[in-house]
Amino acid sequence: MRKMGYLISINCVKLLITALLYTCVCSSSVEQKIYVELNQTVPCVRLLNATHQIGCQSSMSGDTGVLHVLETESDLDWILSSGPHPPYMVILETAFFNRSVMMRMKNSSRVSGVAVIISKTGLAHDFSPHTTCPNQNTGVYSERYGSDLANCNVTVWNPLGNGLSYEDFPFPVFALKDENQTQVIRKCYEDHNQRVNGSAPQYPLCAMQLFSHMHAATDTVTCMRRTDLQNRFGINPEVLCDPLSDFNVWTSSRALNISSKGHAVNESVVIAATRLDGRSFFWEQAPAAEGTVSGIITLLAAVHALYPVTQEAPPPRNIFFTFFQGEAFDYIGSSKMVYDMEKNDFVIDLNNVHSMLEIGQVGLRSGRSLWMHSDPVSRKNDDVNAEVLEMMTRMRSAAAGLNVSVAHPSFTQALPPSSLQRFLRAGLIPGLVLADHQTSFNNRYYESMYDDAENLQVTYPPDLSPDEQLVYETDAAKSLAEVATLVARSLYLQAGGENSSLSNITADPKIVAQLLYSFVIQKNNSWLRSLLPPEVTKKGVNSLLSSGPPQFYIGLGPRVHGPVHSVTRFVQYILANLTGTVTNLTENQCQDPSELSSENKDLFSYFWVSGPVSVNSSSEPLCVRASVRLSEAVSPAFELLEYGSRDYSTWTESRWKSIRARIFLVASRELEMLTLGVGVAVLLLSLLATYFISSKAELLFSSAHDTPTTAY
Amino acid sequence: MTVAVFFGCAFIAFGPAFSLFVFTIARDPLRVIILIAGAFFWLLSLLLSSLVWFISIKASNSQDLRLQRDLLIFGVFFSVLLQEVFRFAYYRLLRKATEGLAAISDEDTSAISVRQMAYVAGLGFGIMSGAFSMINVLSDSLGPGTVGIFGDSQYYFITAALMTLALTLLHTFWGVLFFEGCEKSRWWVIAAVVSLHLLVAGLVMFPLDAAGELHITRASHYCFTFIHTARVI
Repeated sequence: MRKMGYLISINCVKLLITALLYTCVCSSSVEQKIYVELNQTVPCVRLLNATHQIGCQSSMSGDTGVLHVLETESDLDWILSSGPHPPYMVILETAFFNRSVMMRMKNSSRVSGVAVIISKTGLAHDFSPHTTCPNQNTGVYSERYGSDLANCNVTVWNPLGNGLSYEDFPFPVFALKDENQTQVIRKCYEDHNQRVNGSAPQYPLCAMQLFSHMHAATDTVTCMRRTDLQNRFGINPEVLCDPLSDFNVWTSSRALNISSKGHAVNESVVIAATRLDGRSFFWEQAPAAEGTVSGIITLLAAVHALYPVTQEAPPPRNIFFTFFQGEAFDYIGSSKMVYDMEKNDFVIDLNNVHSMLEIGQVGLRSGRSLWMHSDPVSRKNDDVNAEVLEMMTRMRSAAAGLNVSVAHPSFTQALPPSSLQRFLRAGLIPGLVLADHQTSFNNRYYESMYDDAENLQVTYPPDLSPDEQLVYETDAAKSLAEVATLVARSLYLQAGGENSSLSNITADPKIVAQLLYSFVIQKNNSWLRSLLPPEVTKKGVNSLLSSGPPQFYIGLGPRVHGPVHSVTRFVQYILANLTGTVTNLTENQCQDPSELSSENKDLFSYFWVSGPVSVNSSSEPLCVRASVRLSEAVSPAFELLEYGSRDYSTWTESRWKSIRARIFLVASRELEMLTLGVGVAVLLLSLLATYFISSKAELLFSSAHDTPTTAY
Repeated sequence: MTVAVFFGCAFIAFGPAFSLFVFTIARDPLRVIILIAGAFFWLLSLLLSSLVWFISIKASNSQDLRLQRDLLIFGVFFSVLLQEVFRFAYYRLLRKATEGLAAISDEDTSAISVRQMAYVAGLGFGIMSGAFSMINVLSDSLGPGTVGIFGDSQYYFITAALMTLALTLLHTFWGVLFFEGCEKSRWWVIAAVVSLHLLVAGLVMFPLDAAGELHITRASHYCFTFIHTARVI
């Protein structure tokens, strides 16, 4: 026995050593034969505001359904009424992803989930899942202010909007972007689920299971209340939802001292603003080319064009450039900045603001004129009206020498959805919104997944390498460069600059081309890599520079996501590159220049960037000093803890545990019941047989050793 | 597939073993001890054979599929032989124990005969072998899917359960035969048991249909599982 024990302990030691060396994790091989995991999943998630929940939800253990591809109307009838194997998991062809089909499926109990094929084949002429009147409740127009203009009474800005993004679906909706994966699903469907001559397909059938269980429910008030309860009384508190938040990026032509908050003495500021974000029906998918990128590129190019002139011949007024994050969700960024200004918690306040110029959607001009939108209600005030007319005159004179014409809509019309509306809520500020549309948007794919490079008409000739594409000046780039020149010159005039310096202000089409390539085609390019810090450009899981264009969804900010959102970071570093100066500080000095007397942390930010790649493909990092700052973009509702606020954005995003999808075969109910029946039969039979045999065991198994007990 | 299939397959695989346990073993604590010790011996044999196979796998070229398959077949045969060796070891252990049991019992003879011990030991081997081959499959049968998307047969769970049932009963019978052969020193009985065991293992190794193919991959898998569960211990 001792020898046995010794052998056993040796074996255990050997096993332990082998196990320690063996680090691979295997999943069950039977599981691998049953399920095909779909790795590229793009879900639709749940978002909540003060009163509603929108988006999609699956049950806790996923939703399963028999696959059916919806290609024709008869497929829809099959799914909704005549198919014999409900519930169905619908594979939606692109052409059928519209409001009527989705609402019919929402109201049916026979649909357990939808997977939408995202492709350009069969794409409708227009598709916008946003509402027809974006941000109608948090703009400036209400019963008390311009009631005849409120709720898009005069002009419907997004008439093609079908409002799908704001519906609440009780089943999961996923997007299939990867063509190879879609092919796998189609093959499974064709092998097992196809109807033969109109008769129903036979079991086993191909099915799909989608997991996207969301923790938050009802609305933000409820979700925050539950989170607070958990935090106070729970042992393992779990947060159920997070407010949408990130950062605004701002800079100014004359550096502002951030240590002094509130009203800045002797500062009159012209604000030049645009938005930084977009959204679509699915989570973290928002190419937002025409909706957002056109504005960002125009303003960045205008900053670059203005910088040398404002250093040489500074105009009397300061120009404050700002990029607002979260405007798609009831103006998160701009409402926060206005709130900070009102509370004297920002470098300037509303009394410092002289006027405001906002860049809206300016990409789809197609050689026509640009439109200057103004707010008719504030213009009833004579001073404001005079200033607005002056602004328009200055803009027209700036446009005179260029290939761009500007005009003002001839009838009384509200402002399009813009950050200027939030400023107008706080005070009478003369402002203009520059856009390529007179009445409703030219953008047929507003806030959708299809608002991409193709929508912005960005095309490159074939056979160009990525580096050649980076600097190739497309027509779209040239058009945006013209708009940027117009904006820069108007801003210079608006800030009180001299007419004589105007001709020196021109946007560089090469910069515009590089910006366009980085923001709508490919963010991982040599130019952008040289502007960003060295740790970001390293390859790895946390790298900001994955392949493809950046996505402009606001996300949950640094508390949840780690570093600053990628788009915010790009704009910050691009601004630093365009307006900053190179210093010869070391890395440690760059991180903290407070000891150096020549550097001023209150006026400038210091960025340690990779630097341009030299001939032998190595880059020398360097320290750039620029007056570029980030300011928090969290809705004031979360600071004031008014989760049901009507004045501020209350958007939150639900949390979830796992989001995945898999396909497999399902067997018929009859086979399952047969298995159960056979099992129960075997169990009962064996119980009976064993009982009988064991009770008669003495009779059956008498042996010489046993003394027979008296049986009589 | 679902809960129905889970219970159906569980009942098919473990029904007879369960009823045998309830009616013939549960009342007598000595039999329970022998049953569990028998299960443990089977576990030990699997541990050793898995270790040998595992080391041979790691030492060989992982890209050569033919070699991997051959190593697996070698592993299975080696495992069968090792199981029989451990059965013999258990027999020796129980023989030694009989004397001790006789000493402590009220009557002169041991409270349990060698035949009964043979049956219980065989059942112990069978239950553990069945558990190892079936638990993994049962846990996968709880999910919504069934085998088949890669072309395998959809009756996989039922065939696995039936195979487990057969194997459990076979181990019981082999236990009785083996101990009888050892008692009466009839070596041809022992040889017959071993060759029958090898035959059954071989039948699994050379499948006639797709379900068997799956069994091979499963057999390799349950050696991995064993290593992992042993890691936990």
